[in-house]
Amino acid sequence: MFTDLKALGVGLSAFAVLGLAGCAQDGGEADNSSGSDGGDVEVVRHDTNPFPSTYTPAPSGTTLIRGATVFDGIGGEMANTDILVENGRISAIGQGLEAPEGAEVIDAAGRFVTPGVIDIHSHLGVYPSPSVNAHSDGNEVTAPVTAEVWAEHSVWPHDPGFDTALAAGVTTLHVLPGSANLFGGRGVTLRNVPSRTTQGMKFPDAPYTLKMACGENPKRVYGNRGRAPGSRMGNVAGYREAWARAAEYRQRWQDYWEDAEAGEDVSPPSRDLELDTLMGVLDGEILVQMHCYRADEMAVILDMAEEFGYQVTTFHHAVEAYKIPDLLAEHGTCAAVWADWGGFKMEAYDSIPENLPITHAGGACAMIHSDSDLGIQRLNQEVAKALSDGRRMGLEITDGEAMAWMTSRPAEALGIGDETGSIETGKRADIVIWSGHPFSSYSLADEVFIDGALMYDRSNPERRTIRDFMLGQPGEGDY
Amino acid sequence: MKKLLASLGLAVALCAPAMAQSIAVTNGRIVTNTSAGIIENGVVVIRDGAIVAVGNDVEFEDQSVTVIDANGGWITPGLFHPHTQLGLIEVGAEGSTRDNAADDSSFTAALDVADGFNPSGTHIDEARSEGITRFAVHPSTGSAIIAGRGALADSSGDYDSLFASRRFMLVDLSTSGASTAGGARTAAWAFLRSAIEDARFYPGRFMAHHEGDAIDRYDAAAMVGVVRGEMPLIMVMDRASDILRALAFAEDYPAIRIIIAGAAEAHLVAEELAAADVPVIYDPMRNLPDSFSTLASSTDGASILHTAGVQVAYTTMGSDLYFNPRLLPQHAGIAVAHGADWADAFRSITLTPAELFGVGDQYGALAAGYTADVVVWDGDPLEVMSAPTSVIIDGEIQSLETRQTRLRDRYATLGDEGVHAYRH
Repeated sequence: MFTDLKALGVGLSAFAVLGLAGCAQDGGEADNSSGSDGGDVEVVRHDTNPFPSTYTPAPSGTTLIRGATVFDGIGGEMANTDILVENGRISAIGQGLEAPEGAEVIDAAGRFVTPGVIDIHSHLGVYPSPSVNAHSDGNEVTAPVTAEVWAEHSVWPHDPGFDTALAAGVTTLHVLPGSANLFGGRGVTLRNVPSRTTQGMKFPDAPYTLKMACGENPKRVYGNRGRAPGSRMGNVAGYREAWARAAEYRQRWQDYWEDAEAGEDVSPPSRDLELDTLMGVLDGEILVQMHCYRADEMAVILDMAEEFGYQVTTFHHAVEAYKIPDLLAEHGTCAAVWADWGGFKMEAYDSIPENLPITHAGGACAMIHSDSDLGIQRLNQEVAKALSDGRRMGLEITDGEAMAWMTSRPAEALGIGDETGSIETGKRADIVIWSGHPFSSYSLADEVFIDGALMYDRSNPERRTIRDFMLGQPGEGDY
Repeated sequence: MKKLLASLGLAVALCAPAMAQSIAVTNGRIVTNTSAGIIENGVVVIRDGAIVAVGNDVEFEDQSVTVIDANGGWITPGLFHPHTQLGLIEVGAEGSTRDNAADDSSFTAALDVADGFNPSGTHIDEARSEGITRFAVHPSTGSAIIAGRGALADSSGDYDSLFASRRFMLVDLSTSGASTAGGARTAAWAFLRSAIEDARFYPGRFMAHHEGDAIDRYDAAAMVGVVRGEMPLIMVMDRASDILRALAFAEDYPAIRIIIAGAAEAHLVAEELAAADVPVIYDPMRNLPDSFSTLASSTDGASILHTAGVQVAYTTMGSDLYFNPRLLPQHAGIAVAHGADWADAFRSITLTPAELFGVGDQYGALAAGYTADVVVWDGDPLEVMSAPTSVIIDGEIQSLETRQTRLRDRYATLGDEGVHAYRH
């Protein structure tokens, strides 16, 4: 019955599989402290990580970036500063750093350094270029609740959009299912590196995420088919029904584990892939990333999250976040927004260019996102627009603070803030050297490092990635 | 209230002249788009809706003159967006708010966007507040590849803001046009050539019956302006090979003036376009192979086209054409970042679009005799952090207030829950 189960120890996760002693494999966040001490009872725990990251950083040496204006991504701006990179990590930051023997020294005087740009909302790989029918893999538009699907199983690692995003300084991106469904499935956080497999791009140990969607999309898609949800109230009923099932499922597993570990001869509950994901949210291990435009709907969702005891990590698009910065701050929920997109549907009609700065100034966690294969190529400009519009209305926000909107803020909202998103000692050396101030229209990413390895160099045609699809095509390598 | 001084009556009441207004815009870096180039610390003098003087040593001392101090900022011609659906779409996903595509109509060339244009559309205000003073209004294709006739408007939001209708014809010869026409590019071209023949032999061909080979009597009458060269035929296409077919078509019909819109791969055939003197409406932002017709799409394209001498006007296709035409300067900035000359790029969002539509002697430059469409900026207009501080259309100072600024001001500070909807 459990032939597909891997044997694992008790992990942090509530749904790893334990048992089949003696043939434990690598995989989940697991240790081998067995909860079964009876010897004759196997406690079943499903593997939480059956598609583990195989990412390994590209080889890198020691690099000293010298004399740049450095934005650290957490509010700071430091003039004439050096950054030392060793073993893929930032090992020192300061003025007049000595170059260790054998170090590559990059003169960045007059140039600007930021952490690698992070896009918390991308569909690269799941809606890749070219956008032919065969590539439409971002929405499982067959049922409104599809928490069982995982975006990483749709990601095409040869999307040329990864190349152009890298050239724009994007080192990490979060790829989500689309918003047709109430529960669209799991998102995946990727390193923006070339790889033959999606596993080879997965950000090691990044938490899973769950994409949910408010508003017009689910009710339109399913209402037009004469099935639920066909309205906003139908949407909410659909979420609550699923959460109620997830709570019961979780209880069944908890009861089972308790009994099994006590040595009782009990059978595990039937596995439900959809509810596995929702249970992961209720356990606090899977982060909710929810598409939601209107302020009133976000307020409903926040109440619902309290009802079922989970946290909404980030509202995406959040075009009306500026109306409720206080509510967002109170719930510790972030808003990931565009600088100035809107108007494409009714729930985006109240879009204003000051959304990001007003939400930020109102005390909530706010950040930029792209949701676009073109927009991801200029998140620095999008931040610049939002910042200047905020200043024009009188908000006092520094360049350094705003830089966090495309670096540390998305890193934290993805649960990888300890690893990347800032220029700090010990962090992964995900670094962009810009030709000029990153808030200028005319600045471009000169060099992009991921884990200390130079992945893109604007001045060196051989240091630019070309995805398989573009080989032999007109315009190969021109982007 | 689109204008600060909306009417003569109101103006008299306020003791300030609205009509026959004289304005001096001073203390700015003037981009003329003429042989005068850039004039530092200059003055633009406006009288009766027209520019009367531009330069350093310009007299404007006059009791009645309104002085706008640019504070060391930039003074430029108003932006002219060559490719929008402003006033045709209010909310993209709501069909009831759209008049761009007559999907279920059997008419083609006869469709006239002037019939659907609504100057009260809120996105026109937003475009104006970002420095766009004139724009072309394009139809989208509906049931056939010939979408109908486009118009030109100013962004004042006034009911008379549509200043030229039936100014160009639009035909979709892209991948989607091929699909609309019957499943292949061959069908699209056969339809277009046939429609052109119907128009060439109008009205004779229609003496005995209403139908032509491709289009019917009323549509053929509308196409006559195209075959006589009175209005340009804008061809939507991206692939380099399609553009070469368009150039061959233009050779077959020397009287017809064509413009290529989209043109993602135009830089591959830049020399041919320049030799044929065929302009392009082009988005410097598009650089992805989003279809098999745009494989060579590149941010280097704009620079290559300029260098080859192609007449290029920029568009915002990569953003959109109804909510974000106002991002036109950002798109132009991308061209500059990737090698285009600043002056070429700025011309591509001002004078060149005006020239494409035959109004380059009225709009798009700051010189005596030009219509007074003037924008004052707080910095380089192509920098994303810059914004207009004053917008003047037809010599009248415009409001920079929009529905968005009203929302912004309402929520700038959160007050008592119960009263917020009454304030502002």
